Amino acid sequence: MELRIENLVPRRDTPIALYCAGGVRSVLGARSLSEMGYTNVASVAGGFGGWKNAGYSFVVPRIMTDDQRHRYSRHTIIPEVGERGQLKLLDARVLLIGAGGLGSPAAMYLAAAGVGTLGIVDFDVVDVSNLQRQILHHLDDVGRPKVESAAETIAALNTDVKVVPHTTLLRSDNALDIIKEYDVVINGSDNFPTRYLVNDACALLGKPLVDGSIFRFEGQLTVFDPARGGPCYRCLYPDPPPPGEVPSCAEGGVLGVLPGIIGSLQASEAIKLILDVGESLAGRLLLFDALDGRFRQVKVQKDPACPVCGEDPTVTELIDYEQFCGIPHSDNGVTVEPLPALVVT
Amino acid sequence: MATVFVPSSLRRYTAGQSKAEVRGSTVNEIIEDLERQYPGVKSRLCDEAGQIKRYVNVFVNDEEIRALQGADTPVSEKDEVSIVPAMAGGRK
Repeated sequence: MELRIENLVPRRDTPIALYCAGGVRSVLGARSLSEMGYTNVASVAGGFGGWKNAGYSFVVPRIMTDDQRHRYSRHTIIPEVGERGQLKLLDARVLLIGAGGLGSPAAMYLAAAGVGTLGIVDFDVVDVSNLQRQILHHLDDVGRPKVESAAETIAALNTDVKVVPHTTLLRSDNALDIIKEYDVVINGSDNFPTRYLVNDACALLGKPLVDGSIFRFEGQLTVFDPARGGPCYRCLYPDPPPPGEVPSCAEGGVLGVLPGIIGSLQASEAIKLILDVGESLAGRLLLFDALDGRFRQVKVQKDPACPVCGEDPTVTELIDYEQFCGIPHSDNGVTVEPLPALVVT
Repeated sequence: MATVFVPSSLRRYTAGQSKAEVRGSTVNEIIEDLERQYPGVKSRLCDEAGQIKRYVNVFVNDEEIRALQGADTPVSEKDEVSIVPAMAGGRK
C-alpha cells in the first residue's frame, strides 16, 4: 500500500477509508498514511467483520471457477472480453422470443458463450418439418414442447446456463411481466402481431431488441434500441402488411441454413450489447441474400412521428396486436387463419 | 442504368432474378420501368393510388426514400435501389 498509494492518490488531503478483515491492520495502515502526510484517513473499526455484523450491505465479488476459466479461455484471452466481460455474460439475462429457426442458433451460441440466464418463450411443439433448420431440436423431440426440448439441448451443452421456460403465447397481458426480467431480447418470432407486440413492449421497458427475420434466401437483421436514441420496428415498418399479403416461410419456404446465419448474428449483437463493446446495429439494417452471397446495409432513421418512440408517443401501453394487424378474431378467441398469400409459387 | 435489388417475395415476377437493371431518373420512373420489364411487380409495391405501400421500404443506396423526396427521389446511373419489404417468418 505504502509503495502504490502516491500514484493512486497524489493529493494528500483526499479522504481515504481503510478496512481489513478485523480492523487491526487497517489502523496500522492508517498510521503509516498519516506519517506519509495524508491528512484525511479513517479506519473502519472492527473491519469487514464488524461491518457485516452490524448488518450493513455488501457485495461478494464474483470470481470464475477453474472449470469456467478453462471453458471460457478463448473468450477471456480477448482484451475486449476478459474475465470481467465473461462475468458480465454469466450474469446476463437474455430472452429469446421463439425457439425456432432464429432462436435455435442464437440460443446455442449464447449458451456456449456462457450467458447465465436464457429465457425462452415458445408455445409450439416440435414438428418433423422444423428439423430442417431448428437445431435445438432433434428427432426424439418431435411432439415435445419446444421450450422443453431447448432446455435439454442447452443443459447438455453448458450447465452454467439457467433456462427459464415461458411455455406460453406472448400476449399483451403478459409481455411486460416476462420481458422486464431480462437485459436483452432476441426476436425470432414468426408473425407480425408478435413482432409489433415485442417491439412496443421492449420500447416501453427500455430494453434493447435484436431483431431478425428470414424468408427463402433472404435475411434482415438490426437492433432496435430507442431508449439509447435508436429507431424502433415501427420507425422502419410503420404499418403491418394486410393479412396474407406477405407470404410466410410455411407458404414460401426458407433455406435451412439461413436462420443459422441470421440467428448467429443476433447472438453476436446480443453479446456486444452485454459487453458494451463495438458498434451495435442500432440504426442500421443488415440485409443478407444467400443466393447472391452478399450482405448489404441500409440506414434506419428514427421517425420523430413514431407512435411508440417518437416525440409525442400515442402508444403508451400495449394494444390488441391481432387487431392492429387486421387479423379477425373468432368468438372463442381463436385466431382465424388469414387468407392464403397471393404469391405462393 | 440503376440496379434494383429485388426481394425474394417479388422474384416470381423477375424470373427469379435478384437484380434488375432499370432506367429512370426518379424512384417513380424506376418502378415504372421495372413494371415494363416485369409486368405485375408494381401492384406488389404500390397501392391503387400509385403510392408506395407503407410496409415496403425503398432505399436509394443506403437512404430510405421517406427521409428523402419519397417517390420523387432522384436516382442516378450508378445508384443501387433496394426494395425491402417487412418479413415475419414461419407461421402459416
